[in-house]
Amino acid sequence: MRVLAAMSGGVDSAVAAALAVDAGHDVTGVHLALSQNRQTLRSGSRGCCSVEDSHDARRVADELGIPFYVWDLADRFTEDVVDDFVAEYAAGRTPNPCLRCNEKIKFSAVLDRAMALGFDAVVTGHHARLEDGELRRSVDAAKDQSYVLGVLTPEQLAAAMFPLGSMTKDRVREIAAERGFAVAAKPDSHDICFIPDGDTRGFLARRLGSLPGPVVDAGTGQQVGEHDGTYGFTVGQRKGLGVSVGDQRPRYVLGIEPVTRTVTVGTADLAGVPAVRTGVPTWTGAVPELPFAAQVQVRAHAAPVDCRVHAGDGGGLLVEFAEEQRGVAPGQSAVLYEADPVRGDRVLGQAAVAMAVERSGAVGQ
Amino acid sequence: MTYLDHAATTPVLPEVLAAMTEQLGRVGNASSLHASGRAARRAAEQSRERFAEALGARPSEVLFTGGGTESDNLAVKGLFWARRESDPRRRRIVVSPAEHHAVLDSVEWLARHDGAEITWLPVEPSGRVLPHALAEALGDGSDVALVSVMWANNEIGTISDVPALADVAHEVGVPLHTDAVQAVGQVPVDFETSGADALTMTGHKLGGPMGAGALLLRRDAECTPLLHGGGQERDVRSGTLDVAAIVGLAVATVAAVGSRADRAARLAGLRDRLVDGIVAQIPDAQLNGAPLGDRVNGGPGRLPGNAHLSFPGAEGDALLMLLDARGIECSTGSACSAGVARPSHVLLATGAEADRARSSLRFSLGHTSTDADVDAVLDVIAPVVERARMAGMGRR
Repeated sequence: MRVLAAMSGGVDSAVAAALAVDAGHDVTGVHLALSQNRQTLRSGSRGCCSVEDSHDARRVADELGIPFYVWDLADRFTEDVVDDFVAEYAAGRTPNPCLRCNEKIKFSAVLDRAMALGFDAVVTGHHARLEDGELRRSVDAAKDQSYVLGVLTPEQLAAAMFPLGSMTKDRVREIAAERGFAVAAKPDSHDICFIPDGDTRGFLARRLGSLPGPVVDAGTGQQVGEHDGTYGFTVGQRKGLGVSVGDQRPRYVLGIEPVTRTVTVGTADLAGVPAVRTGVPTWTGAVPELPFAAQVQVRAHAAPVDCRVHAGDGGGLLVEFAEEQRGVAPGQSAVLYEADPVRGDRVLGQAAVAMAVERSGAVGQ
Repeated sequence: MTYLDHAATTPVLPEVLAAMTEQLGRVGNASSLHASGRAARRAAEQSRERFAEALGARPSEVLFTGGGTESDNLAVKGLFWARRESDPRRRRIVVSPAEHHAVLDSVEWLARHDGAEITWLPVEPSGRVLPHALAEALGDGSDVALVSVMWANNEIGTISDVPALADVAHEVGVPLHTDAVQAVGQVPVDFETSGADALTMTGHKLGGPMGAGALLLRRDAECTPLLHGGGQERDVRSGTLDVAAIVGLAVATVAAVGSRADRAARLAGLRDRLVDGIVAQIPDAQLNGAPLGDRVNGGPGRLPGNAHLSFPGAEGDALLMLLDARGIECSTGSACSAGVARPSHVLLATGAEADRARSSLRFSLGHTSTDADVDAVLDVIAPVVERARMAGMGRR
C-alpha cells in the first residue's frame, strides 16, 4: 500500500513510520506545520511544533530512506483547533484540542489530501489498537490514546494505521534505540502544543482579555470571590479558585455561566452528577441500538466507569453513570467503550458533554 | 532519475573532481613561507588569475568566500557600513524585492539593527528592474549607501540589464552590487564592462564545489569586513584559503564560461520544448517570468535553462511530491530551511496572486540535461497535474 506517515518529530511517529516500512508499504513521511509562528528550537515540553521537531522527523525519514515533506496546515489548524479552543472556553465549556485536531486535521484535512494524492492509508504514532476496523485501547494503559481517537468514523478508521497499539511505550523506545534514531530518548510531549509555556489561563487571557465576574457558593448563594474570566475554570476544578469560605471545606467548580460570567462552586457532596446529556454522537462502527450498557470516559485521563446510554434530546444521548461522577465538564467528550479485558476495551463512539443532569432530575448547566 | 533542479545545484564537472582530488592530497597553507606554503599559494593564485580572466575581472578584484550567501552578506553589509562611515547621511539601501534571501535578509537585518532605510524598487511583471525605476528611486543619491539588483533571478530566471542599472547608479555616485549566482556560466558576465562595483558568484551552480564562491569587488570599492583575522583576501575576508576549493572553483568557472555559448543554445532548445510541451498538454499552465524569446541588452532576457510555470488549482508542493515519486526532481522555488512551502516572494513581487505563487514549479536545466529528461516530464505531467488538482489547494 502507499502509506502516508504523519511524523511529528517524536519517537512514537518515528517508530510507527519505521514499522510501516518494515511491513513492506511504500511510505512517504509528512510533518505537519501547524503553528503560524514556529520557533526555531524546541522549548519546554512541546514536542511537535518547532522547526527543530520537523528536522527530527526529517532525520528519521532520511534514515528510513523515505521521501519527506512538510505540509503547512497552520491556517486550518488555527481556524479549526486554536480558534475553536478559545471559543469553547469563552462559551463556558472545556474543549479537548487533541481530539479536535484528530477530527479536523489529522484524519480530515491530512487524510483527504493523502487520499486525493493517491495514498491508501495514513499511519500515525497513536497508542491505540486498530484491528479489523475495531478501535481498542493500547496494551499500555498509561499511554493509551484511544480517548482522543474516539471521534473517528468508520470511514476514517478504514484509512488509518496505528501500529503501536500492541506494544508498550518502553518497547517503542527500545525499537527506536535499536534503530539508532536520535529521537529514541526524546521526552514525551504533553500539555497543549500551541501553548508553548503551558500556561493555558494566560493564553486565554491574552486572547479573550479580562472578563471579570462573581464566584458564587452553591450552598449559600453568596458571592465568595471574583475572577478575571470564566475561561480560567473547568467544572470539577478544585485548585486556584481564589475563594474564601468560612467553613474551610474544599470547594469545587460546579458550573460556569458565560452570560452572567458566574462561576458556581460547591462542596464535595454537591460536586457529583448522576448523568449527562450530550450532543449528537459519532460512532466508530455500526450505530448501536439504544439503550445499551457500556463504559464511559469523560476526559482524557479519567478512569472509565460503567454507564447506561439512552436516547437524549435532539439526537443526543443521555449517559447515566452507575455511580455519581465529579468533574464532568461541558465541552469534553464522553467516549463510550465496550469493556474487553482480553483484546482491549473497544471504542464505540463519543459525544460532547452538553450539560450535567442534576440529582433532582432537573437539568442544569 | 530525471534531475531538473540545476539551479539548486548542478553535478560537479569531472575535471573539477580531478583537480580538487589532486590538490587535497597536498599539504600547505597558502600563507606559510616554506616550500609547501609556496606551492599552495601558487595553486591558489594561479586559480585566481584564471578565474578573474574568465569573468573579466582583475585578480586583485577577486575575494574568495564560502559561497553566494557569504558574498551577498559581505557586499550588502560591507558596502553599507563603509559608505555610511564615510558619510553618515548614507543610510538608504535601494533593492529589489525579488532578490535572493541572502540579500533580502541582510538588508532587512541592517534595517532592524543598524539604522538602514530600505527603498524597494518596483519590479516589472516579468521580474525585471528597469533603469528609469532605479533612477527615480535614487533621487540625487546623496543618502544612498548602495544598490543591489540581481543579474538573473534564481526562481523565474529573469535577467535585468545590469550595465544600464550600474550607469544609472554611478550617475549619482552610488555603488551597485549584483547577485550573479545564477547568471555566471549561463549568460555572458564580464565584470569590467558590467560596471558593477561588487558581484556575487558561487561555484556549485556551474559544476564546482559547494562552499566555494567569490565576491568580485572593484579596487576602489570600500567594503568593511565581516570576518576579521589573518588579513587574507585584501583584508576584507580573513580565513585560511581553501586551496582545493579555490582550484575547483576556478576550473569549473573557466570550463563553464568557455562552453557557455554552445550549452546555452542547447539548453534553451530543450527548455523551449519542455515549456511548449507542458503548455500543449495543460493549456492553462502559465509561464512565469520573461517570455521565452525575450531579449535584454543584446542577450537573452531569461536564463536558458529556466522553466518556471504555475498550474492553477494545483499546489506546488503536491506537484513536487508527485513528480518526486515518479523520479523527477524539480523545485517549487527556493526551499526554506524548514521545508514549509510558502508562496514565492519573487512571484508576489511581480504582482502575482498568492494562489498563482503557491501553484508554481521550477524546472531548471543544466549541463547534464538531455532530451530524455524533457520527455520524462512530458510523459507524466498531465496525470500529475490532474492528481494535484484533485487534492485541491489544501485550503478552503
